[in-house]
Amino acid sequence: MSIFYPVKLLADWLTYNVFNIAPQTLLADAVNFFIYDTIKIFILLAVIIFCVSIVRSYLPPEKIRAILSHKSKYTGNVIASLLGIITPFCSCSAIPLFLGFIQAGVPLGTTFSFLVASPMINEVALVLLLGMFGWKIALMYIISGLIISILSGIVIGKMKVGSLVEPFVYQNTINGNVNFPSMTRKERIIYAKDYTLDILKKVWIYIIVGIGIGAWIHGYVPADFLAQYAGSDKWYAVPLAVLIGIPLYSNAAGVIPLVSALTEKGVSMGTTLAFMMSVTALSLPEFMILKKVMKIKLIFIFAGIVAIGIILTGYLFNLVLK
Amino acid sequence: MKIQVLGSGCATCKKLYEITQKAVAELGLNENVEYITDVQKIVAMGLMQSPILAINDKPALVGFTSDIEKVKKIIQENI
Repeated sequence: MSIFYPVKLLADWLTYNVFNIAPQTLLADAVNFFIYDTIKIFILLAVIIFCVSIVRSYLPPEKIRAILSHKSKYTGNVIASLLGIITPFCSCSAIPLFLGFIQAGVPLGTTFSFLVASPMINEVALVLLLGMFGWKIALMYIISGLIISILSGIVIGKMKVGSLVEPFVYQNTINGNVNFPSMTRKERIIYAKDYTLDILKKVWIYIIVGIGIGAWIHGYVPADFLAQYAGSDKWYAVPLAVLIGIPLYSNAAGVIPLVSALTEKGVSMGTTLAFMMSVTALSLPEFMILKKVMKIKLIFIFAGIVAIGIILTGYLFNLVLK
Repeated sequence: MKIQVLGSGCATCKKLYEITQKAVAELGLNENVEYITDVQKIVAMGLMQSPILAINDKPALVGFTSDIEKVKKIIQENI
């Protein structure tokens, strides 16, 4: 029995008794799907974001930097990617993160591993993947996301692209060992609670709209309708999905419920995963902001390597998950 | 007293600046709130997040909040 069985009962009760919709109809199906998924996702979001925030209160970016500036090349890439999971990413913080890492002596490649992993593997995306696709797909997403960010960082590190970073970045060096006042347990709980509420306030509308459209697709669009356009045998599906994902960053929360419905209608899993990775990891606003600290050429190299990684991952899963 | 909001120039940073201005006004303080978009200043404080509310050159709030009461409390505690 699933732990969400009570939610299922509630959704059934609301659909068939309160709203009085006849069972086995398209409308009942869509409404039931919407209620069940919305409640489930919000429970998952609250619990998981709260837990991640507690962990994060022990590891603010400033502490992560202190860890990374003492790591050798490859270990640095791995640790940077892992730490990227728990760090929330907002394009507001991209520049201070970049400057802060580089100026404290964190290698460029390690910094890029972090810059890829941090937005790509974020808790909101993970909750939605877990809720809409199940733990296996969520885990696959995490592992391939980690591999992409580790490898992208290593490749960029090997390319000797230091000259493509704006010179002013290297003109300042700072001491990365900042002493942070440690938080009490109560402060951590307040921090985590505030952060969770903040995120929920920010994403709830996207999620409801996303699940709403998803529910409609679930109920009304014929199964396999999209297979002829986006099935795993269509070579262009993956790169196209990646391209469409680039401008969608701010709506990651709404996009995932939507694509979960599309998957039911014949879009293959590899294409879906590639699309979601593109939505989270390749963000147009972030690229614009990075222009302040690096030459456009480096942004293209960075985006290009990550995009190739995502496309290959998409093809791989399309082959394996048939 | 020196009240500064430091940010990378993003929308969230600007919002914190506006909230801080409002908080200062509601507290009846006759202080100017400075808005600084020089990210190097944030990094020089040893921080890597944005926005920052700094009072007398010391970071008092790291990251965004929309809670004006929280901002007021922070300002009062750091006067």
